[in-house]
Amino acid sequence: MLSIRKLGKHFGGLTVLEDVSFDVPLGGIFGLIGPNGAGKTTVFNLITGLLKPSTGTISLEGRDLAGLAPHQVTRLGIARTFQNIRIFKEMTLLENVLVGMHDKLGYGALGPFLISRAFRSAEAQGREWALELLSWVRLEHRAGMLADNLSYGDQRKLEFARALATQPRLLLLDEPVAGMNPAEKTVLMEEIQNISQRGFGVFLIEHDMRFVMGLCERIVVLNFGRIIAEGSPEEVRNNPEVIEAYLGREDDGASV
Amino acid sequence: MLPQQLLNALTLGSVYALFALGFTLMFGVLGVINLSHGAVFMVGSYAALFFVNHFHLPLWLALLSAMAISGCLGLLIDVLILKPLRARNAPHLIPMIATIGVAITLSSAAQGIFGAEIMRFPEGTIPTGEFTFGDVHVRAIEIGIVAISLAVMAILFTALRRTQVGRALRAIAESPKSAALLGINVEGLFRATAFIAGALGGAAGVLIGLDFNAITPLMGQPILHKGIAVIILGGMGDIRGSLIAGLFLGFAEVMSKAYLSSQMGDAVAFGMLFLILLVRPSGLFGRVLERKA
Amino acid sequence: MEWLANFWATYSTLIYSIGVYALVALSIWLTLACGLLSLANAAFMGIGAYVSALLSLQAGWPFWAVLVAAGLAPAGVALIIGIPTLRLSGVYLAMATLAFGEVVRIIILNLEITGGPEGLNGIPQSTRGWHIVAILGLAVYGLARMRRSRTGRAFEAIREDEVAASLMGIDVKRHKLFAFVLGAVLAGVAGGLNAHATFFISPREYGFENAVDILTMVVFGGIGGLVGPMVGAGILTLLPELLRFLHEFRGIFNGLVLILVVLFLPKGIWEPRRIRALFGLGPKEG
Repeated sequence: MLSIRKLGKHFGGLTVLEDVSFDVPLGGIFGLIGPNGAGKTTVFNLITGLLKPSTGTISLEGRDLAGLAPHQVTRLGIARTFQNIRIFKEMTLLENVLVGMHDKLGYGALGPFLISRAFRSAEAQGREWALELLSWVRLEHRAGMLADNLSYGDQRKLEFARALATQPRLLLLDEPVAGMNPAEKTVLMEEIQNISQRGFGVFLIEHDMRFVMGLCERIVVLNFGRIIAEGSPEEVRNNPEVIEAYLGREDDGASV
Repeated sequence: MLPQQLLNALTLGSVYALFALGFTLMFGVLGVINLSHGAVFMVGSYAALFFVNHFHLPLWLALLSAMAISGCLGLLIDVLILKPLRARNAPHLIPMIATIGVAITLSSAAQGIFGAEIMRFPEGTIPTGEFTFGDVHVRAIEIGIVAISLAVMAILFTALRRTQVGRALRAIAESPKSAALLGINVEGLFRATAFIAGALGGAAGVLIGLDFNAITPLMGQPILHKGIAVIILGGMGDIRGSLIAGLFLGFAEVMSKAYLSSQMGDAVAFGMLFLILLVRPSGLFGRVLERKA
Repeated sequence: MEWLANFWATYSTLIYSIGVYALVALSIWLTLACGLLSLANAAFMGIGAYVSALLSLQAGWPFWAVLVAAGLAPAGVALIIGIPTLRLSGVYLAMATLAFGEVVRIIILNLEITGGPEGLNGIPQSTRGWHIVAILGLAVYGLARMRRSRTGRAFEAIREDEVAASLMGIDVKRHKLFAFVLGAVLAGVAGGLNAHATFFISPREYGFENAVDILTMVVFGGIGGLVGPMVGAGILTLLPELLRFLHEFRGIFNGLVLILVVLFLPKGIWEPRRIRALFGLGPKEG
């Protein structure tokens, strides 16, 4: 379980998050929703160590994540994707996924310099596993292609595969369908369900209500840096405060 | 002896500041570490000498003509080299290397045309007057150098502060993209900046040439190092910072030459620079103009 | 065979320098591959050259031990200055490493033991052609293998996107430091080889202009792989010799070539895909 307790973040005098507490299970699909600018991505940045919390704690299975660098958080089993896709564009798909395995290939920095069997077999296994991950998102036939040449939807799928390569217990997805067309959204929704069924915990941020309602088992709603509701999709949908928060901001496309 | 040293320091420092100003403008506005600035400085120096020798122009007119020539050179470098690199969005290392190519080309051209030996202004060109206050000797030319540097810088500051163009330039320094969205003619101002920076570099070249009365094809190299030091010290792209840092560097150099060995002074200066970069990458004075992509 | 002997007598120094500069070019390539724009490598080369020359001249160490020291001494310095310096990025890192290089040059210029501006004379000429070939070969082999390992992929990931790389579990700081220190080792060994090939070294060979020259070789040759930097080192070392007939004007040509390559061949002159296309072989993969 990922536990967030009394989390707060200030930038100078500006309070972005205040007194945020909730638990994310390491299984199933959990959603964090809220209008644009509610502070959702800040929550992810705090969890992954890109930002330091001003107050409060974040812990994974009882282990405090305070003061850990991003790569250490990743090694503890938390992976993430970005709202604006950040794949390595000048690498092939296979290499992208292999980068995700960085910490899992069991040879040291000097390994490649020696003609060692351990190096070769680790690389071969890594490749095999990377192809397997690419096949999960149905991209294995493009393994040798440069990532830059993929369509937007496929780039997102590659980002999923790359994140899974770190062998996470919890996968954080930051607005995975932002900017996608309806067909791509449907495909990605299936992929996310597949990932969850393979036993990975999924924690996603979204402001598209309809998308989250069909996908998540449990949802927290954030507005102006505070939690205003938590519960099943049904409960959240009928919560007057949530309706107020979203209706008041109809123009930013929250309900599209 | 101290007042005399201070005077020498002021002369040297104001020329450094003038030189660094063009350097820092190029970095602040165009985002380019322009390593050809030293060569442009050298060209300015030769141009003034040429105008004096062949057209017998008075010194002030030779200075203005040399500034025009070096300004055009700066403009040419921008149009022919930097602009195409901007157009294809080359990483910042690339324009820097291109300007190295320019520097090599210009200094070897000067070497080929004028030879490697030191050239001097003809007798009688440089005013030889001298004033004495107590035990301080002031050469007329030094007064001229300080006055001209400070005047040029004052005009530039006022223009940047007060005029529409100045405001537009500062907007570009913040973010060229948003400046373009505001309807500012970014490319035009890039060209203007390249011209002004070149002219400032050329002016500094003429003044140093007059101060030491020695012009060589490689005179741009040591001052380029000084220029780099000044923009680190003053904060990259910070105009006021480069003025203060230029003066400061002049003082540091003169004082260390007077009271330490000349070379160790340089070591102390660059060691300090290194430390400053580690502690305050934005320079000692003021904030950095961090560029938003 | 007599012409060969003559040829070697005339050009051996030149051929040695090509090998040495190929090694230094690789050292800068290594840092660039990790996204670091470092101008310190000429200084590292200088440290290697002076340390090895002094150990030969004053302590009488055997050549192999001297070369090891030439690699380790700058590595130690790189480790110490790398930890604080590598926090800087882009132009700031370039400026900090440049300032560091100047400090090194000026220190060498002023110490008694380094011979000041006159430099060191009478260094035993222990470097043989095969030393350079063997060390260069070893470096190329090692770097080629590294590129295909997780370390090489981590470097490339860091170069493309540091944040994304760190979230893949890559320790960005450690990898940068590793690239910086390994680059210093290569540059230092190159310095040691150079000192023992040329008989004479002086601070002038390791200053700002040299840092820039080396960087130029890499950009000129192409940073996409290991061949580009070496081709760049070879051509730019040869060019001044080939252009001797132009006398004082050869620098102009040198500079213009540099400008033209930067303008029209953004990936350097060694770009396998384009060269293959040129010979009608077509690109390997679309």
